[in-house]
Amino acid sequence: MADLGRQRARQGPLNAVPVAIFLLIGFAAPLLGVIIFSFMPERTFSLWQAPGLGNYATIFTGTSYLSLLWSLGLAAVTVCLLAVICYPIAYGLARVFGRWSTLLTLLFTIPLFVSENVRLYGWILFFIKNGVMLGTLKSLFGIEMESWLFTEGMIVLGMVYVYLPFMLFPMTLGVSMVPQETRDAAFDLGASKWQVFREVDLPLAMPGIMIGFLLSFVLAVGALVEAKVLGGQRVIPIVHDIELAFTYAQNWPLGSAMAVLLMVVVATFVLLVLRRFDLDTILGRR
Amino acid sequence: MSPAERAQRWRSALLWAWALAVVVFMYLPALSLLLASSTSSRYFIFPITKWGFDWWQKTFNSIEIHILFKTSVSIALIVTVIAVTIAFFGALAFARYEWKGRSIYQKIVLLPIFFPQSVLGLALLLWFNTIGLELSWKSAVFAHLVWIVPVVTLVISIQVYSFDPALEEAAYDLGASRWQVLKEVTLPVLFPGLFSGALFAFLLSWGNFPLSLFTTGADTTVPEYLYSKMVAGYTPGVPVLGTVSTMIAAVLFLGGYGIIVLRRRARS
Repeated sequence: MADLGRQRARQGPLNAVPVAIFLLIGFAAPLLGVIIFSFMPERTFSLWQAPGLGNYATIFTGTSYLSLLWSLGLAAVTVCLLAVICYPIAYGLARVFGRWSTLLTLLFTIPLFVSENVRLYGWILFFIKNGVMLGTLKSLFGIEMESWLFTEGMIVLGMVYVYLPFMLFPMTLGVSMVPQETRDAAFDLGASKWQVFREVDLPLAMPGIMIGFLLSFVLAVGALVEAKVLGGQRVIPIVHDIELAFTYAQNWPLGSAMAVLLMVVVATFVLLVLRRFDLDTILGRR
Repeated sequence: MSPAERAQRWRSALLWAWALAVVVFMYLPALSLLLASSTSSRYFIFPITKWGFDWWQKTFNSIEIHILFKTSVSIALIVTVIAVTIAFFGALAFARYEWKGRSIYQKIVLLPIFFPQSVLGLALLLWFNTIGLELSWKSAVFAHLVWIVPVVTLVISIQVYSFDPALEEAAYDLGASRWQVLKEVTLPVLFPGLFSGALFAFLLSWGNFPLSLFTTGADTTVPEYLYSKMVAGYTPGVPVLGTVSTMIAAVLFLGGYGIIVLRRRARS
């Protein structure tokens, strides 16, 4: 029996081995490579040179740090809009829509399986001059308008559109974690709707909501195609700078340094939020 | 009807209206693609004057497109098989067993999901270059896996959480070998999770652009091809192919979900 117990205790780590080895080769090693590359001199393609901080100095003397600020700003705006857009739907999915919730969830999932450049291209066809929206307005109502394409607002629309499921699903998970009995009890004790929302719903749904914030923020900071396709390159997000350094400029060390900076920002957020939550309760362990 | 009931009704009507409006918002681009693909003229002007499916025919007859589909489907199939295999064990470690490093392991598994994919693609490009791996659709399989294995692990884990370990114990007590328990108890019970995991793996690989962009080398997947055509100027072939890949994703996903539901019904 003691033998069986010891065997059982080994099962966990044993089953973790394939994933762990794979992520070591496929995730940790490449990131380590990027980190080492960021300390190499400019425009080198080898890892075995004297390290230095030159690339980081270049970022802050050039305009790349502005790109990082743009990315952070756009992501923050996106996340705030998503919170307002998604909360009513998450609430509906968890409490009001009943058996229709499944169908709605499926409908919100399908777009995830279509590459984002294709979906954003659909928005171009919608908003372009003589496109679906302006063409309809013109032929039905005789209204002629300038196209809204290639503006900052359009980039935000694209980001809200692409990252909506990443806010909605964790949020729904969070809202459905609030027990109906607790809400009923609060109402019975004379709490107003607003009080129940602030004192019961929000705090109890917080784990899901925070994960939704984190996921959509982190992905939005790394957004690239939205600005390229819908923004007409009016705004250069940090990932665009990184891509240019890697491809067009052939300056891998500089690109790596920018990637490291982005990783540090992202990792800070992820660690701050994930540290506070127990994943078992969120994912439904009994 | 009491005022409270009426207020309740109003509130759920508003919630419904809002949710449906957002669903419409989610599908406006797909609708625009469909409209743009159904014209016979070279340029897209709405309202459409010359409806037709000429561009659909042209796209389906193109050999170039056949090769693209073959590449995309091959990548997605291989990714599915490898991802589900690795993630099955990963999910058992994630959700089934109690062990010392589990909480840290769970967070490490999630990290690639919380990582900007374009940056991951570039990091992998640099890594493949450093170890001297030649870029082709095979390196893209590896790149897709880095992101998809964690997602599939998470999907299967959700099923594993509701798995009752007593079932395995009972089989062991009745004298089943470890292999028998895996084959007769664990795999059948976890089947819905494995199936959804496979579905997600295939579809996420099928629709992936940022990882493919930097890691396919000379080979091209459907999303990559669409991007190169999009930036080169307008051709109705793009809406056609975009609509096709959206439809494939929708049909596979809804069909797969249907299978899970039917199977659940047949069992109960």
